[in-house]
Parts: sequence; structure tokens; C-alpha cells
Amino acid sequence: MVECGRHLNIELLTLSEVEKIEGSEGNFTVTIRQKPRYVDMDKCIACGLCAEKCPKKVPDEYNEGLSVRKAAYIKYGQTVPLKYAIDPDHCIFIQKGKCRACEKFCPTGAIDFNKEHKDEIIQVNVGSVIVAPGFKAFDPSVFDHYAYTQFKDVVTGLEYERLLSASGPYMGHLKRPSDGKEPKKIAWLQCVGSRNINRADNGYCSSVCCMYAIKQALVTAEHTTGDVEQAIFYMDIRTHGKEFEAYYEQAKEKGIRFIQSRIHTVYPNPEGGIIVEYYDAEKGQRVLEPYDMLVLSVGLETDKSAIELANTLGIKLNKYNFVETSSFNPVATNVPGIYASGCFQAPKDIPQSVTEASSAAAAASIALSKARGTLTKEKTFPPEKDVAAEEPRIGVFVCSCGINIAGTVDVKELTEYAKTLPNVVFAENNLFTCSQDTQVLIAEKIKEHNLNRVVVAACTPRTHEPMFRETLKNAGLNEYLFEMANIRNQNSWVHSKEPEKATAKAKDQVRMAVAKAAMLQPLEHLSVQVNQSALVIGGGISGMTTALGLADQGYETILLEKSDKLGGNAWNLRRTWRGEEIKPFLEQLIARVENHPNIKVFKNASIKTSKGAVGDFVSEVDVNGEIKTIKYGIAVVCTGAKEYKPNEYLYGEDERVFTHLEFEEKLQNGISGKQGAVFIQCVGSREPERPYCSRLCCTHTMQSAIELKKTNPEMPVYVLYRDIRTYGEREDLYKEARELGVIFIRYTRENKPKVFKDGNDLVVQVQDHILKQDVEIRPDYLVLATAIVPHDNKELVELYKCSVNNEGFLQEAHAKLRPVDLTVDGMFLAGLCHYPKPIDEAVAQAQAAVSRASTILSKSVMPLDSIKSYVTENCDGCALCVDTCPYGAITLVNYDKDGQTLQKIEINKALCKGCGVCEATCPKKGVFVHGFTNEQLRAQVAAALEIV
Amino acid sequence: MAENFEPVIVGFLCNWCAYAGADLAGVSRLQYPPNMRAIRVMCSGMVHPNLVVEALEKGADGVIIMG
Repeated sequence: MVECGRHLNIELLTLSEVEKIEGSEGNFTVTIRQKPRYVDMDKCIACGLCAEKCPKKVPDEYNEGLSVRKAAYIKYGQTVPLKYAIDPDHCIFIQKGKCRACEKFCPTGAIDFNKEHKDEIIQVNVGSVIVAPGFKAFDPSVFDHYAYTQFKDVVTGLEYERLLSASGPYMGHLKRPSDGKEPKKIAWLQCVGSRNINRADNGYCSSVCCMYAIKQALVTAEHTTGDVEQAIFYMDIRTHGKEFEAYYEQAKEKGIRFIQSRIHTVYPNPEGGIIVEYYDAEKGQRVLEPYDMLVLSVGLETDKSAIELANTLGIKLNKYNFVETSSFNPVATNVPGIYASGCFQAPKDIPQSVTEASSAAAAASIALSKARGTLTKEKTFPPEKDVAAEEPRIGVFVCSCGINIAGTVDVKELTEYAKTLPNVVFAENNLFTCSQDTQVLIAEKIKEHNLNRVVVAACTPRTHEPMFRETLKNAGLNEYLFEMANIRNQNSWVHSKEPEKATAKAKDQVRMAVAKAAMLQPLEHLSVQVNQSALVIGGGISGMTTALGLADQGYETILLEKSDKLGGNAWNLRRTWRGEEIKPFLEQLIARVENHPNIKVFKNASIKTSKGAVGDFVSEVDVNGEIKTIKYGIAVVCTGAKEYKPNEYLYGEDERVFTHLEFEEKLQNGISGKQGAVFIQCVGSREPERPYCSRLCCTHTMQSAIELKKTNPEMPVYVLYRDIRTYGEREDLYKEARELGVIFIRYTRENKPKVFKDGNDLVVQVQDHILKQDVEIRPDYLVLATAIVPHDNKELVELYKCSVNNEGFLQEAHAKLRPVDLTVDGMFLAGLCHYPKPIDEAVAQAQAAVSRASTILSKSVMPLDSIKSYVTENCDGCALCVDTCPYGAITLVNYDKDGQTLQKIEINKALCKGCGVCEATCPKKGVFVHGFTNEQLRAQVAAALEIV
Repeated sequence: MAENFEPVIVGFLCNWCAYAGADLAGVSRLQYPPNMRAIRVMCSGMVHPNLVVEALEKGADGVIIMG
């Protein structure tokens, strides 16, 4: 948010609504109604005095009404832009003509009641529009049997989230709302307002609630003292995201109870809390069980205001009020030039929302690529103050991170301690050092105290260093005069039970950071020329979509395919879950790729070497046995995945046993059979050796089962499953299958179905989950919904030094924040090589990769990190480091000194990654890495051991 | 050795793996004894042998290089 707020090319219009839209793609005129804020944004310094003095208390919507705010308010601490506003519906002066307390106390005269306040009408001219109004949490008041409106201790998932939050009503210490006691036994009920057409009209699955309930259950232990019992009541646990299944397994190991049952009624408990009544299928009886709290895992739905917005814009919504999109263009609405992303498009989790946001950005910018760069503004920083010769003057900023740090580490004591350290001239404590107002404050303090080094004691430099460095630049300091002490991730979070020791450690960490900061030197800014062309590895749907997205923007793109045919796995599929025919789309895609003037397709090709780095890669590729050299600025990996071939359930031993894809082919020719078909789900997935969910098999099985039933209504069709995971609107298929008479039998991993032959009969034996008795089925077809397994990406990983997860899928840089970036700069990923996913999600991810790649390709020069090796005068050319450098960045060169020819090393800055193997190898201090010199590290060691 | 002996351990953590792992331990709230003082390096290969010796000389009870 902070980054968005400070971006030069993003103009934020708050309190605004779209009134009207005219024109068409490339030239829209949007009329916007902006409501008055009653606060002058230029004058407001967000000191909060107005809110402090405002006498009017209003339920705080951010905390779900569990606490109060004032009529003069900000929504929450990290609000962007950080400017107060007056809520006209509750302001006493606006409503009754008397008060003006805020105006009296505002130190900058920012409150503005005098002007006649009317809504302002603004017109903007834009080429594309992206709609992302988000979702509304389902209101469970309609279900009287869950007694949400009657009992305070029945809360929604979102309310519970606020109860756990450090910025929530109880500062993150969990309390039971009715009496403030710490709850010891908490239940979650899933699918409240999802998968329900009785009183909710929401037939879809909200996709995120299983994960948020598990997360809440797990983190509850951190927000309470002593033991706590958690139970989750569910229908199917849907942890179909990357690494989600392992999280579910972890929750089970930690003792969280998963009860497959729906709570029937909630009663009051005279002793406090509530009593829930449910049917225990294991025992076959009704159970009454007391709980301190019940959390209703409410689903996501589209807000009324978003429906109005859709009407204003002319966007078509489907029956569930989500934007109608196609699998092949998942972010495009029916209006050309208007795109939708996030939960307005369909319910989805954060990684997918972030991916889709990039995808919408790509779609919007591809359409406008001709006008690219015509309206952008460049960031300018004040000239850098030369502080190299000055004595260090260090400022230390200690972050409380709400209670994340301050709950364990004594931040006041730490701040006082920091003041006593050598070279420290200023230290202070902030509630959130990363908030936008603190950035302004840091810049002020740098000027006020003439600081020339800054230390922030907060979270991890891995996520926050770039932001603070920019703050330094804005204050006219070289950005490398900055050091962080990681007192959250590596201290308060991991020593939360030992506050005294944590505080002592934090002091050591700050002392070490200060010692290093004192030795930091300003570094030169480096940059590389960007080769504005791309390499896409893999010619399936993801690869082709990526190549087209880049080529359509004018970037030369090479598409590498290992086989002799583009298209990949899509050739084996007939229809998407929405029922769209895949083949025509695929053929069209291939034709566009093969005829695109900016795309060069290499088939029967593989990559052999890789040199260089972001902006300037060079590789040798083997194309039909011929070695070619290619150059490119970025690469996108779309190497796909394949179907797992099982060695169980008589696969390969009986011709009636098929995998998913094999059966797909069989179906194409039409089948019949009186004995019917059995599908077994999770074959090879969710097993100890492959502990992930393959995400698309449940939906695919529904498609096949429905087709079988429709073409052969008499044919018995059975699905043996563990949890049905038809997430999102795919749930409709599950419902349809049930309505058509498909029989679903649940099995457990411990009690899997048995498949054997009896004479010529194929027999499937499974225990019926209701009868608790073995059932025998003798089908004509047995279809195994087998796992999706990644290709062996070993060579690629070694070439590019990127990484894979435990299951062999390529690892993104950050699951939520950078879902399509690889860990190597300038490399991205899309499609099945990341994780199993259906076509619509693969296309969205490919478009997201296009968007991310474009941020590099759109400029001919890219700034580089300055953390690189440098040669000192001590180098005598012994060349020990030349061979140890893993990146081949060091060469030996001759030079003349006093008529003598001597040797020393030279560093290629683009190749050097700053790993410092040279520094450790050098016996004579002849080569160091900037920011990590031997002297700086020694200073840290010495500071660490000062107390010993 | 005293019963309440609290060792001081100097850790050199590679920015890309061990340091990220230590961050993740935080995110996962894994609790461990607060005896290590971590120094972030850009690669465990960056740690000069002299640094290890120096840490031990200055009183560290142990040095751990993670990468």
C-alpha cells in the first residue's frame, strides 16, 4: 500500500465513485463523483488530534463494529493516504450545527467546514479500466439456528480475525466477547453462506474459508495463554492451493480436531459461551458440546455497490454476481477495454488475486502498448549529500510493529539503550516504523539531527530494506547508509515466551547493527543496459499466452518447445470446466504464435547454457541438434507438468483401468456399459510421498461423470473421494453430478478402496462412509484421478540457479507478494510448472508473467544493486579468487606500475552477485564486497561479543 | 560446567537460504533458545576463516555458519 501511495504514476482518488463512463477501448471518459473529506490533504499531518478531541463515537467498521472510532478518523493505522477524514453521517457539527472541536484543536488548520461542501465531479480520460471492488463477507444473520445475532460469542471469521489482530479491539489478546474471558475451547463452522442455496443463494464455494479457518485455529494458540482446544466443523476440507495441504496436515498434527459434520443448532450455555449440537457420524449419535466461542467461516459475496458499479459500466455478471469471464481471457469483461480482477471476478485467495491483478494490468497495457511511456513521470531524488568524510551520526528507529515486537521486547528500554551506543545521536520508538507517516518522520529526523547513517530495528531486511532505502534517498542520503536489526522475525516472534532474554538479544542486535552502520560507506549506483527481448521456455498454453502478451507489446520473443509440436497438455483436453471447447482456442493460439512477426518459435529445442543476468542473458540452445546462441533480457519458464502414472489399483494390468487423460480420450469416442464407471480420486495426491492436492482432478471427474450420466442416464457412476474440492463456481458441477444420480462414497487414506479381479470381473471394494460396511462394485471402467507431477526441472534449476519446492514444482520468490517471479532476477514462471491448475488460472498466470516481465523490458536501462565485489589496493594478482568465483565474474588483467607489468583482478559488475566467495578466499584483503567487507563483519562479531 | 550456562553463539547466515529460513521460523512462530547472534552475509561462502577464529578468540562459545 505504501508503495502504491508513493508511486509517481499512480494518482489516488479516495472517497470517489464512478458516475458514468463514455467512449470505448483506448479512449474512455470516466465521470467520477468525489465526496468531501472536510480535511485539507495538504495541511493534514495525521497527528490524530482531531480524532482525540472529537466527542462522537462511531462503531469502527474496520474492526467489524467490535470497537469504536470517532467521527474524525482514519480507517486504520496504515491507511494510505494517511490523512484524516470527517464522517459527515456522524459528525455532530454537520448533523446538528454545533461542535467544531476538531477545527479548534487542529494544529495546522486542516479542518475545513467553512467552504460550501459539495460533491466534486471529476472527469478523467483513460485508455483502459480495471475494476477491483473486492468482496463483502456474508452476513450470517439469516441463519437463526446459528444464533449469530443472539449470542456475542458467535462471531464471523472476519470478526475473529480482528479479535486476533494487534490493531484489533483487544490489541491481539484473545478475549471472549461476552465477558472478556480468555476462551479455551473454540469451534469453527465452515461453509456459512457458501455452498448453500437454502437461505443464502450462494451455491458456489468461497475457496478461501477452509484455509482461513485452519490459519485462525493455528494462530489462536499464539494469542492465548495455556492450552486451547480448536475444532473445525466441515463438509470437505479444501486446501487445494500450493503448500496448503501440508498446512492442513500440520494443523491435524498439532491437535486441531476436524469434525465432518454441520452444527445443527447453537444454544446458550448458562456457564458462559455456547453449546453446539451436531450429529457425530463416527458414533452415529447426536452430540451436545460446550464451546467458549463459535466462529462462523462466512463466505465471500459481491457487494451491492459493486453490482451497481457493474451496471454503470455495462459489465455482465453471472448468476452469482461475479463478473462473467471466459477461461481463455480470464480478466476481460464483456466490455472491450474494461478488465476485472480479484474476488469480483470469482472468490479467490491472495496469491491468485495478486496474480490476477498483474494479469489485468497486462491485459490493460497490451491494449495501450502504442501509447506506453507517453504520460509517465520519472522519480527525482534530491541531490545526494556527500557524507563520506563526516564522522558517523547514527539515528536508530525502533519499531513496535503493533504488539508483534512490543508484546515481547521492551521497546522503550531498547530505545533508551540505543541512545547510549557510540555514534548514535538520535533514537526513537514508532508504532509502525514502516508506515507512510514514519517515512516522512525519518526524513525529518535525518535533517533535524544531521543524521548520516540510519538503523531500523524492526522486521526483516529481506522485505523492508528497499522501502527504507528509498526513504533515505528522499532525504538526500545515499541509500546504502542503512542497516536493519531483525528484532521481529528473528527475535520477538521466536522468543515470545522469554521476554527478558528477547530484550537482551534485541539490544545485542541493535548494537551489532549500529557497529556495522558506523562503518558503512556510500555506494555508487550501477545500471545495466536491457536487451528488450524475451525467452519463453515451454510451448503449452501458458508459454504461448506469455509469448503473445510480450510480442503484442513489441518485444522480440523466442519461444522454445522441447517437442515438435506446440500446445502441450491442452491437446489431451476437450472442454474447460465452463464447457468451452479447447481445441479451437488452442489452434487459434498456435496459429497466432506461429505467424507473429515478433515471435521466433524453436521446436525440438532445449536450453544448454546460461550466462549473464537480468537484462542481459546469453544462452546456447540446441535446436534439432544444431547449437544456436540467443540473447534476451528476461525469461519466463512455462515447462508444464505431466500426469502421474500409478502403480496401484491394477493400473497397467487391466485394460478397464484408465488415468484421467486416458479416459478423456476414451470418452471422446463415446462409451457405454451397464456396469458403469468408478472414479477414484486422489490417486498419488495427498499421499506422504506427494503431500499436495492436484487441484483440478475433482472438477475434471465431475465433468466426466456428468458427461457419462448425460449420455447414459442408466449407467451407474460412482466417485470414491476423500474431500471433494470443486472450489469456486465449480461447485455447481458437483451439485449437477449429484442431481444426475452420481453416487459419492467417501474413503480415508487409511482405508483406501481395494481393486482386484474376480474371474473376469473388475471389483472395486470400498467401505461406505454412512453404512460403515464394505460395498462391492463391478464396473466396466475404473478411472483413476491421478496426480499432476512436475517435470524434472533439475537442469533448468542448475542453469539459472532458481529453486524448486519439496515436490519439485518451481518456487516463486514470494507466495503472496511475488507469485510469478522466480527467485532469480529477470526470471518468471507460469502454468503447471508452478503448481497444478486449470486453464483459466494458467492463462491468468501467464498474463501476470507478461506484466511482471514488462516492468523490466519497458526500459532500456535498469538500475542494479550496488552490493558487488570491489578490488582493493592489496590485490597482488595471485588469482586465487578467479577460480572460486561461481559466476565467472573475475578476470586477471595486466597493468603497468613504474615501468613494471603487474597483475590484478577485475570484476564484471553485471555478473557479480556479491556472494563474497572471493572475499573469503583472498588471503590478503585484496577483494571485498560492498556493504559486507571483512572489517564490517568483524565489527559485527566484536559487537556481538562485547558483553561476553 | 555451570548448570545455568548460557552459551553465546555467533551465526553467519546466508541471506538467500538460512537468513530467509530464520525469517520463516519467525513467521511460523517456531520457538528456539535466544543464544545465537546472527550476522547476515550474502553467501555462507563469504565468511573468511579468520572471522571464525576471531569470534572464538573474542569469547564466542560456538560459531555456526548456515548456508
